[in-house]
Amino acid sequence: MERSEIFDKIQEILVDALAVDDDEVTNEATLIGDLGAESIDILDISFKLEQEFGFKIEQGELFPEGITQDPDYVEDGKVTAKGLALLKERVPHFNFADLEADPAVENVTKIFTVEALVTFCDQKLQAA
Amino acid sequence: MRWMWIDRIVELVPKERMVAIKQISMAEEHLHDHFPSTATRKAMPVMPMSLIVEGMAQTAGVLVGHAEDFKQKVVLAKVSKAKITRDATPGCTLRYTATIEQMTPAGASTKGIVELIEPSAIGEGKAEVIGQIDLLFSHLDNNMGGVEYPEENFVFSESFKTLMETSGIEANF
Repeated sequence: MERSEIFDKIQEILVDALAVDDDEVTNEATLIGDLGAESIDILDISFKLEQEFGFKIEQGELFPEGITQDPDYVEDGKVTAKGLALLKERVPHFNFADLEADPAVENVTKIFTVEALVTFCDQKLQAA
Repeated sequence: MRWMWIDRIVELVPKERMVAIKQISMAEEHLHDHFPSTATRKAMPVMPMSLIVEGMAQTAGVLVGHAEDFKQKVVLAKVSKAKITRDATPGCTLRYTATIEQMTPAGASTKGIVELIEPSAIGEGKAEVIGQIDLLFSHLDNNMGGVEYPEENFVFSESFKTLMETSGIEANF
């Protein structure tokens, strides 16, 4: 499936799950900051992606859980090198360039973009 | 005592579907305030739609809880869709049919249909679909934030146990 086709399906899902307008759902939009997603919406979006694309999503696979609360991975409000390595392993669909430039813990949500969601689905579909 | 908005479970297909009913009674005090008469309008007692949503949440919540033997703390996390097209008045019966759409260790999504049955002199009146309510439930102990809650399952209280027993369904929790 082409990325543009995946994007169109994701756009429809996000409009439905987050009650946003379709023109708000751009590749660069962040789910939590720009589109107002809360933690329960991540579960809702996971369910809808599973239904739409027919793959299974494990808990914590789409968005990292527990890492940013763990003192092993966060120090003085910044994600440590160990934390960053774990994030890359757990959520490889994120683009880490911005977080590497400024590893402030609040920036983790900023790299959870619509584009990351498209990459996630693309990778899952290719692995199937 | 929890504020119960379903009176009886009439069908339970574990992990799949549950049907419950609610008899609307003029004895419910809130109906006298929702809505009272004014200088220009007669009294109009109708069941608040928010409570119809709660009735569906209780129906679907018990279905989701039953699927895991009431070991999970099942909480309503999101009303994904709620559309109700007709007022429900005293004397009518509401019939809630909830179906599990998806279920994982983190929670469940359900679809629900609300029907209104008008009273009839002989037997059951005609049922009319008056709404669709789709919900999302979270299993509280598997929350994303890793927040810990008391071990006791405070969601499925004595009131739910009574509801199940009076509906003829075994309740071991």
